[in-house]
Amino acid sequence: MIKTLAKSIREYKLPSILTVIFIMGEVLIEVAIPFITANLVNSIDAGEPIINVIKTGLILVAMAFASLACGGIAAITSAKASTGFARNLRRDMFQKIQGFSFSNIDKFSATSLVTRLTTDITHVQMSYMMVIRVAIRSPMLFIFSVITAYTMGGALATSFVVVIPVLIGGLLFVAKNAMPAFRRVFKKYDKLNESIEENVRAMRVVKGFSREEYEKQKFASAADGITEDFTKAERIVALNNPIMQFCMYFNTVVILFLGSYLVISSSGKSVNVGQISAMLTYGVQILMSLMMLSMIYVMLTMSLESMKRICEVLNEESSLKNPENPLYEVKDGSIKFNNVNFKYNKDAKRNALEGINLEIKSGMTVGVIGGTGSSKSSLVQLIPRLYDVTDGEVLVGGEDVRKYDIKTLRDAVAMVLQKNQLFSGTIKENLRWGNENATDEELIEACKLAQADEFINGFTDGYDTYIEQGGTNVSGGQKQRLCIARALLKKPKILILDDSTSAVDTKTDAFIRKGFKEFIPNTTKIIIAQRVASVQDADMIIVMENGKIANVGNHNELMNTSEIYREVYNQQTNGGDSNENA
Amino acid sequence: MRTPNYRGPQGKAPAGMPHGRRKLSVPTLKRVLKMLFSYYPVLFPLALGCIVFAALVATAPAIFNQRIIAIIEETLEQNGTWAAASKEIIPNIIVLASLYIVSLAAVFTQTQLMAYITQGFLGKMRKTLFNGMQNLPIKYFDTNKHGDIMSHFTNDIDTLRMLVSQSIPTILQAGIVVITVFIIMLSYSIWITLVVLIGVFFLFMVTKKVGGGSAKYFMRQQQAIGKTEGFIQEMMNGQKVVKVFCHEDKTQKQFDEINDALCEDSKRAHAYANILGPINMNIGNILYVIIATVGGLLLLLNVPNIGLAGLPLSISIVIPFLNMTKQFTGNVNQLSQQINSIVMGLAGAERVFEIMDAMPEDDEGYVTLVNAKKDENGNITETDERTGLWAWKHPHEDGTLTYTELRGDVRMVGVDFGYEEGKEVLHDVSVYAEPGQKVAFVGATGAGKTTITNLINRFYDIADGKIRYDGININKIKKSDLRRSLGIVLQETNLFTGTVMENIRYGRLDATDDECIKAAKLSGADDFITRLPNGYDTELKNNGSNLSQGQRQLIAIARAAVADPPVMILDEATSSIDTRTEAIVQKGMDSLMKGRTVFVIAHRLSTVKNSDVIMVLDKGRIIERGSHEDLIKQKGQYYSLYTGAFELE
Repeated sequence: MIKTLAKSIREYKLPSILTVIFIMGEVLIEVAIPFITANLVNSIDAGEPIINVIKTGLILVAMAFASLACGGIAAITSAKASTGFARNLRRDMFQKIQGFSFSNIDKFSATSLVTRLTTDITHVQMSYMMVIRVAIRSPMLFIFSVITAYTMGGALATSFVVVIPVLIGGLLFVAKNAMPAFRRVFKKYDKLNESIEENVRAMRVVKGFSREEYEKQKFASAADGITEDFTKAERIVALNNPIMQFCMYFNTVVILFLGSYLVISSSGKSVNVGQISAMLTYGVQILMSLMMLSMIYVMLTMSLESMKRICEVLNEESSLKNPENPLYEVKDGSIKFNNVNFKYNKDAKRNALEGINLEIKSGMTVGVIGGTGSSKSSLVQLIPRLYDVTDGEVLVGGEDVRKYDIKTLRDAVAMVLQKNQLFSGTIKENLRWGNENATDEELIEACKLAQADEFINGFTDGYDTYIEQGGTNVSGGQKQRLCIARALLKKPKILILDDSTSAVDTKTDAFIRKGFKEFIPNTTKIIIAQRVASVQDADMIIVMENGKIANVGNHNELMNTSEIYREVYNQQTNGGDSNENA
Repeated sequence: MRTPNYRGPQGKAPAGMPHGRRKLSVPTLKRVLKMLFSYYPVLFPLALGCIVFAALVATAPAIFNQRIIAIIEETLEQNGTWAAASKEIIPNIIVLASLYIVSLAAVFTQTQLMAYITQGFLGKMRKTLFNGMQNLPIKYFDTNKHGDIMSHFTNDIDTLRMLVSQSIPTILQAGIVVITVFIIMLSYSIWITLVVLIGVFFLFMVTKKVGGGSAKYFMRQQQAIGKTEGFIQEMMNGQKVVKVFCHEDKTQKQFDEINDALCEDSKRAHAYANILGPINMNIGNILYVIIATVGGLLLLLNVPNIGLAGLPLSISIVIPFLNMTKQFTGNVNQLSQQINSIVMGLAGAERVFEIMDAMPEDDEGYVTLVNAKKDENGNITETDERTGLWAWKHPHEDGTLTYTELRGDVRMVGVDFGYEEGKEVLHDVSVYAEPGQKVAFVGATGAGKTTITNLINRFYDIADGKIRYDGININKIKKSDLRRSLGIVLQETNLFTGTVMENIRYGRLDATDDECIKAAKLSGADDFITRLPNGYDTELKNNGSNLSQGQRQLIAIARAAVADPPVMILDEATSSIDTRTEAIVQKGMDSLMKGRTVFVIAHRLSTVKNSDVIMVLDKGRIIERGSHEDLIKQKGQYYSLYTGAFELE
C-alpha cells in the first residue's frame, strides 16, 4: 500500500528529504541548547568574568537562530512536499478514474469517489506532513536527549530508566485500547448521523404520519448508546494526561533528590547545579517526544482507512483496453449481435442480456421498447463498447467492436445517455463537447435538428447562456434536447437515444424524429422509449423482456405477433398517455 | 457528499484557521456554562476545582527548585555535608512529592470527570437538538439546505466538544498558571520579570503577524478546496458522459489547473502554520539566554534586587526564573491559541442554540381524533378499542363535547397562499371533495398542485380563505390528529433504514405483520417484495437504494395503505412506475382508493383520467374543472395536454 502511494511523491522527494535533513539539524541544535545553557548557568554560578557569560550567551543566541533557520526551512519544504504529494496523488487518482470503464465506474459510486479525492487525500496529506516532520523529529529528539542526558547527567539519568518504560507502556496501553473503542464508536456515530440525515430528508413523511415523538424516542436511545460508548473511549484517552504527569513529576523529584545529594557529597565536582536544571529540561524533552510519537501513531492508524480507499482506486485496472493494432475507421453504421450474453458482474447469477441475435442495416431507424428492467439500456450500451460482452460478439461496420480504437468507435457511435448531464459552462461550451471545432453555424444546425434552437434563442443570452452545475436552470425537456444536439455534433454513423425524449412533449418529439429522417438519413438511429408513439414509425422495433428479445418487427407486424407490444400500445393510446414524464 | 465526520484529531482546525471577525459572545459562553452547571451541579464544579488545584501545584516546582538549590548553594559555600543538608532538603522533597501525588489525583479526577461530562453534555445537546428539530415546521426544512441542518449535528457539535473538553479547561488552567507564575516572578525579581514581559510582548507580535498570514492563505485554500470539490463532484457524476464523448484528456487538463492552484494555496497556508512552531520555540530559547545573561549581569554587578519577597539576588533565583520563563511563555501561547477555538466553539454553540430556540411548529388545535362507535340510535360515542370508526372530538367553550363522524369531506374556499410574503402562489382556490371522491390536480411544475396538498395537512397555513374538514375549521384540529387522518404518498419516496416490514409499519405502529402484508397486497407491492432475497425482512439501506424507484413508490403506497386513512393524497405517487406495471398496480390502487377521499397529482394523464373531478391549475389558479369527458369537450388546456400538443415541465 505504502509503495502504491509513494509512487506519487515524484518531484517532491527532494523537499521531503530536505525536510528530514533540516529537521535533523534543528533537533541537533535543540538538544545542544540545554547543554550550553548549563554551561552558562555554571559560569554565572562560578562567578566567571561577565565576558565569558556573554560569550556563551552569544553562542546560544546564534544556535537559536540556526535552529530557527532550520525549523523555518523545514516548515516550508515540508509544506511544499506534503501539498505537492497530495497534488500528485489527486492528479494520479483523477487520471486513473478518467481511464475507468463503465463497469469500473459502476463499482465505485460517484459519492465515494468524491470522498476519496477530497477528504481521504487531505488525511493522507496531513499524515505525510506529520511523518516527515514529527515522525523523524520525535525519535531523534528522544535518542539524542537520552544520549546527552547520560553523558552529561551520569548517575542523574537513572531516573529515565524508570520513567521511559512507564511512559511507553502507558501510552501503548492507551493507544491499544482507545483506538478500537473509537473505531467502533465512530462507526456507530456515522450510522447515527446517517439516520439524522435520513430524518431530515424524510421530514415530510415523519410529519405526515405524525411520527415526531416516535422518532425522538428512537433517536434518544441511539444517542444514549453512543454517548456511553464515547465516554468509555474518551475516558481511556483521558489517562494519557495523568500518565504523562506522573512521569514528569517522578523525574523532577528523583533528579532533585539525587542531584542535591550528588552535588553536595561531591562538593559540586562530579555534578553541579547547572546539570540539575539541564536534566530537568531533558526530562521534559524526552517525555514530550514520546507523547508526540504516540500521537503520530494514533493519527497514522486513523488515516489508514483513507490510504486503503485511495489505493483501491489507484490499483483498479480498467476493464476495457484499447486493442494493440486498432482500427481507426468505422465503415458504416451497420450493427450485428451474434449470440450475445452479457452480465454486469462476473459473479452475477443472471445474465442481463441473453442469447441476443440481431442485425441492423446502416441507416435504419430502430425502436426499442420494454418495461423497466428489461435490459433495453444494456443492449445499446454494448454498441459503443461501454461494456464488453460476456459471450458472443457485437459488430459495428462489419468489425468486432473490440478491434476498434475506442475513441474512433465512440466518435462514430454517439450515445445520448438516459441519466444525462450538462456541465457548468455556456450552452456553446456544452455543445462543443460533441465537436470542439464546430462552427457556430454547425451548432445552430444541430440545435435546430434537436428542436432546441427555438428555446435557446428565447434565453436572453442565447447560445451563451450559462448552464448551472447539474443543468438546474433548464427544464428536463430542454436538457434532453441539448443533450441530443450535443451528440448530433459528432456527426455520428450511429445515433443512440436512450429514453432521451421522455420529458419532451409528443409534438416536439415527432419533429425531432422527422428531422432525423430528413437530415441524417444515412445515420443508423436507435431509439429507446417508453412511449409507443416514439417508436411506432421505426423501420424495426425490438421488444425486450427480461433480458431477451421478445419480438422484432415493425408496428403492424408487432400488433399481430407481440402480446406485450399490443398491451402497451392499447394501454397508452386508450389511457391517453401522451405525457410521459417519468 | 458524505457529511463531515467527527474525527477527533484530524477534524481539528489547523492553527490560524480563518474565523472571520467573529467576536467572543459572552451570553453564549454564559449559557453553555449555565447548562454545564445545571446538568452536573456537583461534578462540573468538582472538575473545575481539580483543574485549579492541579494548575496551582504545577507552579510548585519553581518554589521548591529555588529552595533546594538555595540549600545546595549554601551547603557548598559552607562546605557542609550531605548529612546536614539532607535534614533540610528531604523535608522539602517530601512536601513536593506529596503535593505531586495530590496533584496527580486531581489531574486524574479532572480528566476522567471532563471526559464523562463532555460526552454527557454532547449527548444531551444532540438529543435536545434533535427534539428541537422534530418540532420545527416544514418551512424550516424547505428553506434550509439539508447539508446545513446536518452540519449542526456534526460540525457544530464537534466544535462544542472542543469548547467543553479542551478550551474551557485549558483557559482556566493556563490562566491560573500564568497568573501564579507571574506573581512568583514578581516576588523574586521585578527586573527580570520586566525582561520576560518585553520578550513575551515581542513573541506575541511575531506570532500575530505570522498567524495573520497563515489565516489569509487558509482562507484562500478553503476557497480553492471548494472549487476543486465542486469540479470533482460534477465530473464524478458526469463520468459516463465524459467517457461517451471521449473527453478524458480535456477534463484532466481542466482538473490539473484547478489542482495546481489548490496546491499552491495550501502550500503557503501550511508553510505559515508550520513556521509558527519553530518561531515560538526559538524566541523562547533566545529569551532564555537573555534572562540568563541579564541574571548573570545583575549578579555580577551586584544590582540591588527589587522583589515582593525581598530576597537578595542569587543564583537560586536566576535558575528557577529560567524554567518559569518557559512556563510563562508556553502558557501565554496556549491562551492566545485557545481564544481562537473559544470563538469558534461559541459560534458553533450559537448555531445549535438557534435551532433550540427556533419557533416550534405551533399547534393551537383542540379537536382530536378518537375511536368511536355508534349506538343503536346512531349516536356517536367514544371508545378505547379500534373500531375502524373514527370521530372528531370537539370540546366547546361552554364545556360541552360533540362528536363528528370522520367522513373525509374536505372543502377549500377562496384560498390564497404564498410561501413568502408578497409572493402569492395560489389565488382564490376553491376545491370541494366529498367523501369517497377522487379529485385530481393537473398542471405544469410550479402551478401550485403540491402547494394545495401542503395546505390540507397544514404543513403550511393559508393566508386567506378557509379549509373545512368534515365541516370543522382545520385550524381547530390538532395537527397530529389531522395528519393521522390523511395518508400521503409523495413523489420523492423516502424510506428508512430497516426492513421492508418496518417501513410499511411506519404507517401505523401497532399494525400486525398480517395487516402490513395485506396493505402491501392491496397496493400491488407484495409481488415484488416476496421475490426479494429476504422477502419482507429484506433490509433497506440508503433510502432503499437497492430497490428501483418504482418499487420504492410501491412500498410508500403500502405504508400509506396500512394507516388506513379516510383521506389520501397521492402526489406523483406512481410517476416512476412504468405504464405497464402501473396498469397492474392500478387495480390495487383502485381498491385502495375505494371509499376514500383521494387527492391525486400526476403528470401522466392516464393516472388521473378516471377521477371524479379534474382541476387544471395554471400559475396558482384553477382554470378548468370537471370530469375527463367534460374537459375533453371543453377543448381547453386539458384537451391540448391530452392530445400531446403541450409540454408539461
